Amino acid sequence: MPEEARALSDRQLKRPSLSAVGLTKVYRTGEVVVHALRGIDMTLYESELVVLLGPSGSGKSTLLNILGGLDRPTEGQVFFDGTELTGFTESALTRFRRDHVGFVFQFYNLIPSLTARENVALVTEIAPAPMAAEEALRLVDLGNRLDHFPAQLSGGEQQRVAIARAIAKRPRILLCDEPTGALDSKSGVLVLEAIQQVNEELGTTTALITHNAIISEMADRVFCFADGALSKVRTNEEKRRVSEIHW
Amino acid sequence: MAPLDRKLLRDLWRLRGQVIAIAFIVASGVGVLIMSLSSHEALEETGAAYYERYRFAQVFAEVKRAPLSLEAAMARLPGVQVVETRISQFAVVDIAGFEEPVIARLVSIPERGQPLLNRLALRSGRWVAPGRVDEIIVSEPFAEAHGLKPGDTLQAVLKGNKRTLTIVGTALSPEFVYTIGPGALMPDDLRFGVFWMGRDALEAAYDLEDAFNDVVLSLLRGSEPALVIDRLDRLLETYGGVGAYARKDQVSNWFLSNELEQLRSMSRILPTVFLAVAGFLTNMVLARLIAIERIEIGLLKAFGYSNVAIGWHYSKMVMVMAGLGILLGWAIGYLLGQINTEIYGDQFRFPFLLYRPGPSSFAIGAVVSLAAALIGAAGAVKNATRLAPAEAMQPPAPPSFSKGALSDSRVGRFLDQPSRMIARQLLRWPLRSFLTASGIAMAVAVLISSLQWFDSIDEMAEVHFFQAQRQDVTVGLVDAEDGSVMHEFATLPGVQSVEAQRIVTVNLRSGHRLHRGSLNGLPPDVRLQPIYDATGRELPVPPGGLVLAEKLAEKLDVVPGESVWVEVLEGRRPHVEVPVVALFDTYLGMPAYMELAALNRLLLEPDRVEFLDLLVDEAQQVELFAELKDLPEVAAVMLRRAAADTFHETLGRTLLIFVSFFAAFACMLAFGVAYNMARVALSERGRELATLRVLGFSRWEISYILLGEVALTVLIGLPLGCLAGFALAWLITSTFETELYRVPFVIDADTYGLAIVIVLVSTIVSGLLVRDRLDNLDLIAVLKTRE
Repeated sequence: MPEEARALSDRQLKRPSLSAVGLTKVYRTGEVVVHALRGIDMTLYESELVVLLGPSGSGKSTLLNILGGLDRPTEGQVFFDGTELTGFTESALTRFRRDHVGFVFQFYNLIPSLTARENVALVTEIAPAPMAAEEALRLVDLGNRLDHFPAQLSGGEQQRVAIARAIAKRPRILLCDEPTGALDSKSGVLVLEAIQQVNEELGTTTALITHNAIISEMADRVFCFADGALSKVRTNEEKRRVSEIHW
Repeated sequence: MAPLDRKLLRDLWRLRGQVIAIAFIVASGVGVLIMSLSSHEALEETGAAYYERYRFAQVFAEVKRAPLSLEAAMARLPGVQVVETRISQFAVVDIAGFEEPVIARLVSIPERGQPLLNRLALRSGRWVAPGRVDEIIVSEPFAEAHGLKPGDTLQAVLKGNKRTLTIVGTALSPEFVYTIGPGALMPDDLRFGVFWMGRDALEAAYDLEDAFNDVVLSLLRGSEPALVIDRLDRLLETYGGVGAYARKDQVSNWFLSNELEQLRSMSRILPTVFLAVAGFLTNMVLARLIAIERIEIGLLKAFGYSNVAIGWHYSKMVMVMAGLGILLGWAIGYLLGQINTEIYGDQFRFPFLLYRPGPSSFAIGAVVSLAAALIGAAGAVKNATRLAPAEAMQPPAPPSFSKGALSDSRVGRFLDQPSRMIARQLLRWPLRSFLTASGIAMAVAVLISSLQWFDSIDEMAEVHFFQAQRQDVTVGLVDAEDGSVMHEFATLPGVQSVEAQRIVTVNLRSGHRLHRGSLNGLPPDVRLQPIYDATGRELPVPPGGLVLAEKLAEKLDVVPGESVWVEVLEGRRPHVEVPVVALFDTYLGMPAYMELAALNRLLLEPDRVEFLDLLVDEAQQVELFAELKDLPEVAAVMLRRAAADTFHETLGRTLLIFVSFFAAFACMLAFGVAYNMARVALSERGRELATLRVLGFSRWEISYILLGEVALTVLIGLPLGCLAGFALAWLITSTFETELYRVPFVIDADTYGLAIVIVLVSTIVSGLLVRDRLDNLDLIAVLKTRE
C-alpha cells in the first residue's frame, strides 16, 4: 500500500504522535545520583523525522528508551495518540512496542541463525498488519540478499536488514539509536538513505540519535541536548537529501 | 588480595547458581563412591571383628549322637585348636497370640558361662542359671519381632513334650548373623528364632546325657580346613555324621558373604559409572562456561596478563567449583555411608559397628573430579587465550549458519522464526548439542540403572514365590518317614492336596570341583513345587538322572550328558555317579533335583518322604496351624506367602535402601545437568533474547526460544538415555551374580517413565529458575554495548 502511505506523507498532517511532558529520569547507583533527564517537554508529529543531537551522557538515549517503552521516567508522562504510556503495565508496553514501534540499534542485533528474510519475518509474524518481509528488504535495497545469513552480509547491509526488520510491521514510530555509529561513511549514507526513504514512503514518525551534526540536515526538526535538558530546538527550513550530505 | 583473586570471588558469587549446580554434579559422583566403598569397607571390617571377638568357629559338624569321650580324639586331630561339643535341635514353639507355628533352633551353652567358641553377645537379661531346666536366652531379633523380654514365657515341644520356657536374656551370636530357618531363603524373625539353653537341660530333654550331636572347631593358624574336615568326617562317620563343613559353607556366613559380595559389586560398578558420568558432565559444563568468558580473557591479556596467569586464574575458579562439590560429596558420602552401614548393621545384627572409612575413596573421588573439571576448563581457556587480545575483546563475529535440509523441507517451511532459531542453533553445533543431550541421557541412564533394581527384585520374587511354587505350606518332618504319612496330612483341616519331597544334604563333585548343597527328590507328577525354569517353562521330572540349576552346572563345569558324583552326607552315605539330564535357569539358590523314587533307591532306602507341600483352604488355615503345632513329627512349618513377604522385606531394608540412595544421587545429577544447560544457554543467548524483547516479543515468547532449545535437547536426550540405561542395566545385572542369587535383567515401562519424569521435573524446575532471570533481562544494555 505505498500509495496510501505516500498520500499520508503528502498531507503533512501536524497531528501529534508522541509527546513527553515534564520527563525526569534519575538513576541512583549506590550513593551517586545521576540526573539523566531534567524536565523534558517535547512533541513528535506524525510523519516527521527528527534528529536528537548532543554529546555522550546528555540524555538522548534515555529519552529514546522512555519514548519507545523500554524504560520508565522518574517523573512526567508520555502520551501516544492521546493515551498515557507511562501508566501502562509491563505487558501493555510489550504490546505497544510490538504493534507500533520499530527499533534500530547501533549494533545491528540481528539473529545470526536466521537469514535476512527470516530476521524480518521474525517481526512480521507477530505484527498485526505487516508488509511482506521481501517488500521490506526491497525498500532498503536488499531485494537480492534475501537468503543471506548475517555472517554473509557487510556491516551496512546488516544495519539495513535491521531497518527492514524495524519497519516491516509498518510501525507508527521508528527509533534509531546511532544507526551509523559502527559504520564507515559510505555504508552510513546507504543506511540513512534507507531511513529517509521509509520515513517518506510510509510516513513513519522517526527519531534518530546521532553525534554527527551534519546528519541533522536530513531532519525536519533538530533537538539539541545538553546535560539532560533540551538546549535548543531548530526547524530545518529546507530538508536535505542524504545523498547531498557528506562527512 | 590480588585483583584477580577478588575478581574470582565476585565471579563465583555472580555464577553462584551454576557453582551450586556443578557442585551437585561433582558431589553426586564423589558421594556415591564414598558411601558405597566406605559402607562396604565398614561392614567387612565389622564382620571380621565380630567373628574375631566372639570366636566364631571354623569347622562345623552334626551327628546323630556321639559320646563325649570323642572330644579328646577330635582335639588331637592335626590343625585343631579348640573343640566345643553341643546339643542342637529344632523345636516347634507356640507363642501366645501368634497363630502360625514358630520354629526354634535350640543350641546348648555351658551353664557356667560363655562357650569357648561362638560366644554370645548378651543384649539384655542374664545368663541361664545352673540347675534351672526351663531357662532360655533367645536371639534378639526374634525377641524384638514378638515383643518378648526377659521374664516372659513361651511354650515349646521338646521331643514330644510340651514345656513352658522362661526367657532370661536376649543375645546375638556370630553363628546367627543371618537367622535363617530350615528351607528358608531369608531371615524371618517372626517364624524362626534361636534359643540357647543350658547343656544339662537339653541333655535331659533329648536323652543325650554324656553325648553330643553338634560340634564346632577352631583351627590353628595356617591349617587347611579341608584336611581337618576329612579326618573329622572319618571320626564321626559311625555316629551318624552328616559331613563336616567349613565356615564358608556355614549358612549364616554364606548368606553374609553373599550379601557382602553383592554390596561389593554394587559399590564398584554403580559408583564407577556415576563418577565417570559426573566427570564427563563437569567437563562439558565447565568448557561451555569458560567459553562465555572469552571477552574477559581478551581484556586480561590486553592488560598484560600472561596466558599462564590467565590459565591459573580459571583453574582456580574451576577448582573452587569442583572443590565445593568434592567437600559436599565427602560430607554426604560420609554421612550416607554411616547411615547405610547402620541400616546394614541392623539387618545383619552386628552387636557393634566399626565405621572408619579409609582415605582411599575420598582421594579417588577428589582426584577424578578435579581432573575432569580441570581438563574441561583447560580446553576452553586454551581456545580463548589463543586469540589476539583485540580480537578476543570484540564480540565474536556472527557465527556462520547455513539453511540446511530442514529449511526447504515440507516441515521446515511451516516453522515460525523462533522455532527455526531453535532448530538452527542445535544443528549449527551438532557435537555440542549432542554432548548436552548426552548429559541428559546419562542422567536418565543412571536413574534407570538404579531404579531397575526394584523391577528385578519384583521379578525374582514373582518367579520364585508365585510362579514356581503353588503350595501354601511346607511341613518339614523330624525324620524321613514312610510315604503313607501323606495320608495322615491329607486329612488335616483345610488340606486340599499333599505332595511329598525329600531333601538330602550332598556333596556334588565333578573332577576337582565341589558343591555342598542339597538334592531334592520330587514325585514324577509334581504340581505344587515343580522344576520351574525362569523363562516360564516347567521341566518334567526325569525317571533317572539329575536336573541342575544352570549356575550349579556352571560351578561344577558339567553339561547334560556328563555325570557328577553324588556323595550323600547322611544315612548310609552312598557315593554314586549320576548323569545330568537337563539344566534350568533360576534366580535364587542353586538347586538340584531328581525323581523321588530314584533318590530313595540311591539312598538305599524304601519309599521315604521328609517334606510335605500342602495346598490349603485359607478359611481353615488357623485350625490347621493349631493342629500342626501339636504334631510330634513336625519339625518345621514354612509358609510360602510369609517367605515371599520376608524376601521383599529383607531386600527392601538392604538393597533397596542402597538403590534409593543411588536414585537420589541420580536426581541430583539430573538437576545439575539441566540447570547448567539452561543457564549456559541463557548466557549465550541473552543478547538475542533481549533484542527480541525490544522488538516486542513477550516474556513467554522469548522463554519459548530459550526453553524450547533446552526442551528439544532434553527430548533428544531422553530416548538416548533410555537406550543407555538399558545397556547400563544389562551390564550391571550381568556382572552381578552370587551363589545366592542372579539378578534378572528386567526393566518395566514404569521405570523408564519414572526416570523420564524425574529428569523432566528437574529440567522444568531449572527452566523456571532460569525463566525468572529472563524476566529481568536488561533491555537497555542491549541497545548500547556488547557484553
